[in-house]
Amino acid sequence: MPDAVSTRKHQEHFFAALDDTPLAAVDTVDEEAAPASLWADAWRSLRRRPLFWISAALILLVVTVAAFPSLFTSVEPRFCELRNSLGEPSAGHPFGFDRQGCDIYARTVYGARASVAVGVLTTLAVVLIGAVVGAIAGFYGGWFDSVLSRITDIFFAIPLVLAAIVVMQMFRDNKTITTVVLVLGVFGWPQIARITRGAVMSVKNADFITAAKALGASRVMTLIRHVMPNAAAPIIVTATVSLGIFIVAEATLSFLGIGLPPQITSWGADIAKAQVSLRSQPSILFYPAGALALTVLSFIMMGDAVRDALDPKARKR
Amino acid sequence: MAWYVGRRLLQMVPVFLGATLLIYAMVFALPGDPIQALGGDRGLNEAVAAQLRAEYNLDKPFFVQYLLYLKGILTLDFGTTFSGREVIDVMGEVFPVTFQLSIMALTFEAVLGITVGLIAGLRKGKLFDATALLVSLVVIAVPIFVIGFVLQFVVGVKLQWLPVTVGGDVTFRTLLMPAIVLGAVSFAYVLRLTRTSVAENLTADFVRTATAKGLSRSRVVNVHVLRNSLIPVVTYLGADLGALMAGAIVTEGIFNIPGVGNTLYRAIQQGQAPTVVSLVTVLVVVYIVANLFVDMLYALLDPRIRYA
Amino acid sequence: MKIRRIAGFAASLTVGALVLTACSSTPGDTETTQGSAGGPSTGIVTANSSEPQNPLIPTNTNETGGGKILDLIFAGLVNYDAQGNPQNEVAESIESEDSQNYTITLKDGWTFTDGTDVTASSFVDAWNYGALLSNDQLSSYFFEDIEGFSWDEDSELTGLEVVDDKTFTVALKQPAADFPLRLGYSAYFPLPEVAFEDIEAFGENPIGNGPYMLDGEGAWQHNIGIDLVPNPDYQGDRTAQNGGVSLKFYETQDAAYNDLLADQLDVLDAVPDSAFGTFEDELGDRAVNQPAAIFQSFTIPMTLERFSGEEGTLRRQAISMAINRQEITDAIFQGTRTPAKDFTSPVIAGWSEDVSGSEVLAYNPDEAKRLWAEADAMAPFTGTFTIGYNTDGGHQAWVDAVTNSIKNTLGIQAEGKPYPTFQALRDDVTNRTITGAFRTGWQADYPGLYNFLGPLYGTNAGSNDGDYSNPEFDDLIKQGSAAQSIEEANTFYQQAQEVLFQDLPAIPLWYSNVTGGSATTVDNVEFGWNSVPLYYQVTKS
Repeated sequence: MPDAVSTRKHQEHFFAALDDTPLAAVDTVDEEAAPASLWADAWRSLRRRPLFWISAALILLVVTVAAFPSLFTSVEPRFCELRNSLGEPSAGHPFGFDRQGCDIYARTVYGARASVAVGVLTTLAVVLIGAVVGAIAGFYGGWFDSVLSRITDIFFAIPLVLAAIVVMQMFRDNKTITTVVLVLGVFGWPQIARITRGAVMSVKNADFITAAKALGASRVMTLIRHVMPNAAAPIIVTATVSLGIFIVAEATLSFLGIGLPPQITSWGADIAKAQVSLRSQPSILFYPAGALALTVLSFIMMGDAVRDALDPKARKR
Repeated sequence: MAWYVGRRLLQMVPVFLGATLLIYAMVFALPGDPIQALGGDRGLNEAVAAQLRAEYNLDKPFFVQYLLYLKGILTLDFGTTFSGREVIDVMGEVFPVTFQLSIMALTFEAVLGITVGLIAGLRKGKLFDATALLVSLVVIAVPIFVIGFVLQFVVGVKLQWLPVTVGGDVTFRTLLMPAIVLGAVSFAYVLRLTRTSVAENLTADFVRTATAKGLSRSRVVNVHVLRNSLIPVVTYLGADLGALMAGAIVTEGIFNIPGVGNTLYRAIQQGQAPTVVSLVTVLVVVYIVANLFVDMLYALLDPRIRYA
Repeated sequence: MKIRRIAGFAASLTVGALVLTACSSTPGDTETTQGSAGGPSTGIVTANSSEPQNPLIPTNTNETGGGKILDLIFAGLVNYDAQGNPQNEVAESIESEDSQNYTITLKDGWTFTDGTDVTASSFVDAWNYGALLSNDQLSSYFFEDIEGFSWDEDSELTGLEVVDDKTFTVALKQPAADFPLRLGYSAYFPLPEVAFEDIEAFGENPIGNGPYMLDGEGAWQHNIGIDLVPNPDYQGDRTAQNGGVSLKFYETQDAAYNDLLADQLDVLDAVPDSAFGTFEDELGDRAVNQPAAIFQSFTIPMTLERFSGEEGTLRRQAISMAINRQEITDAIFQGTRTPAKDFTSPVIAGWSEDVSGSEVLAYNPDEAKRLWAEADAMAPFTGTFTIGYNTDGGHQAWVDAVTNSIKNTLGIQAEGKPYPTFQALRDDVTNRTITGAFRTGWQADYPGLYNFLGPLYGTNAGSNDGDYSNPEFDDLIKQGSAAQSIEEANTFYQQAQEVLFQDLPAIPLWYSNVTGGSATTVDNVEFGWNSVPLYYQVTKS
């Protein structure tokens, strides 16, 4: 073995293998442990990761800004005067002004709420629906699989624009963040469902699942306690990436003219508006897009950390 | 296996009915009177509008409209657009273009995403990994209309390496840039999925066994790690073909591609039910076939999955 | 009278690769309408357009995508020069003594490209086809003034009478002094006999009598473009100075603009929002930015609460004076809109920038506040002033700017009310269910003042979306139509505008400019009154 990396890995694995020699023993341990122990284990492992702490700090910052924007700026984001149009940064206005003459810093601060809410709520909704549908379809197979998968196919095919216009029109006089969440949710869950189904199918025939069944675990318990944690990795990866994509999708909806109403300040809408200034004033785009990128980055890093911590195999290292 | 495929193909019938009904209902629920809108800011005289409504069956109740549409389909009559063209002709024009674009995008994201993801997964935590993740993050966090616009301006207008727009000239060369833009976000997904799966499988028992058996590293990686890591990736890719075809609205607009996305977007905006429903229905069929293909691949990638 | 702003920036030399060849050629738009000195060129000119929304039948085309093509492949009785002045094309003469009964004679020698002659019947049959109710043609309303027209049943246009092969007469229901002016619009084009055999097939491969013709069967590639070649038998003054025109259909203006920058497109007639600030630098003296026959406004329904009666008039004037049009056209549109001075357009003959009462269009925050307070003294205003707009047309930026201007000046709540599609907005407007002001725009079909006034503000007129009604206005419009000449008519129309300035059924905002440009590959690019380039005179070697 000339490759140094692989030699070291090889040694690690050797030690790890000593830890849990008989397969059956692993399952017995899991069988007795309360679900809390899975999370307790995860927490113990998370605490040791710098990635986790960095992302946690960033998320805390973003969430605080989203919850209490007035702590960070005293400027009203919707007070815009054209005479300030495209104004340079000045005292009290660190980022300058956009085309309408609104303070970019204030808009970036106030835009956090809508964007974070859209991202987090949509991801939650999508994971909830998608994971349940996908898990049932993948684990039980047969009729369940056929019916659920075909429903997934249908929903997958609904064009986002069509769904958006219809839903937006249903709530035309009180469009809120929920409306956008609903639109993106209808559009987004089938993907998680497909991913979950694939992951569950690949895990359900694994030896330790067979063992759990053989040891008398009920099907539902097997699914929840053994299959899902082992299928969690792709779901979490997809979900954290999706979170970013949903925030960006809100911008795309605004770009197509069917996003949040102008009364709600959001990064997405500001990015869409800045597109017009792309040739002449690209800096207007920079701040909302930068804030969005930082938020997406922190959630993805958090997702990676949690995934590693949750995964019993990865945690061993 | 054959029976399984047959059963899956048979399932298309209820899916077809469900999808057409759902989409038809959504188009029906679109706000506004599509006929009045034909008159622009001026509007249309009510006498003319009433006749046009009758011509396109828009004066009938929802279910009658839907059944008339279904009846037409049985004779391969997919209805006409407001401009008097057969929808089936329109489909014959736009689908080949979009299909070519989507296949190119899919190839791009699969080849590059899996390659980069594999290397990143093997070197988790190293510089390459960190760089790859950062690139994927930028691609995700910057909206596609910005990526497309900037790429078009730099590569097309300033450097003149590739044509700026496609128009009637649908070739590999003209579609290259749009395909990269279209596949960019999915590339990030594929990269991250591959990387995670590879990193996870590296520590799996069967890899340890294979390594312990004394297999070469390249064989372990190529046969054992990669093959097992591909299941979630293939799932994603299979579903993505349809998503790419339907989701090309923004890309097709930027690069002026006469494909499904543009046509669908315009038809939705104009409330043209037969066009929207027909296009989307074909997309549903694409999903089903692609997913069937993916399910077949599962069995190939993972011998433990069997279909009866 | 047409204002023309030709940008000439020395700085454009720094824009890089695009300008490399620019130095060698001098755009010839200083020349007059008739062609270039060196004789016709042979290159095929490419230009942007959009997929026609309907088959190419003159009476069924009401949008620019189809209109551009029809104007090139057909010749009507009259056409308009770059300034919008009518000049006879197929017509030898159009005569009337009472502005109600017209005698039209045709020139000799005109043929369609299938070899058949253009006769009086070519016009009469085409107009009858367009007017027949059951043919549901989108532009049928152009014939509603002709004797015999009916919205209720199929009926012949009895006012049309063929005298001989080259002569026919038109009897109108009431006098219309500007009827000859209208005749250049595509709805009045003649059709060859073959059209009526299979009108659908004709719409795919139309046969006309204009300066160009389709480049064979299937020249129209749907959603891609259409290829036109010069018509060798064309008899008029619009002789093609190039080897053909190839219109490429674009879904977005940004794509077309980038093609122009990369020299992959010769002529562009719509610069995207994103390039408003830069196109005059990037294109240098190849940029075009001049007012067009497009009027933008927002309409406040006459029945809107707090906006009717004397109180309403005060509020309307206050709102109008609270809008800083100059600042908005500068900041939002980067000078690609011209602040409105009236209810029409500066490219129309008879336009005046100082119609009595037009002071309400000047930004005057103090007076606005005073008028608003005066209205509030009658009955206080509560709630939010909204302007409805469709989000699929790039209106958000200016609606935001206008409502901000109103909000900041008057201290009231004002905001835009977005509708996802154009039809969603129109639905609320036509059903009168809209609960605030809404955006309205008007592009002229023919260069006449009446076209901006009668259809929009006449009592019960087709596009009177705000339900405005003032007998004084109606009477002036009627007098104008009965006038003996267009000049005489225009004085009545200007008086009618004075009435509008008192009542403000709609708040004028600005005139859209035609923004465009050409690549270094072509010369002699000039834009017509209707914002469409005069393609026939573009030269390309």
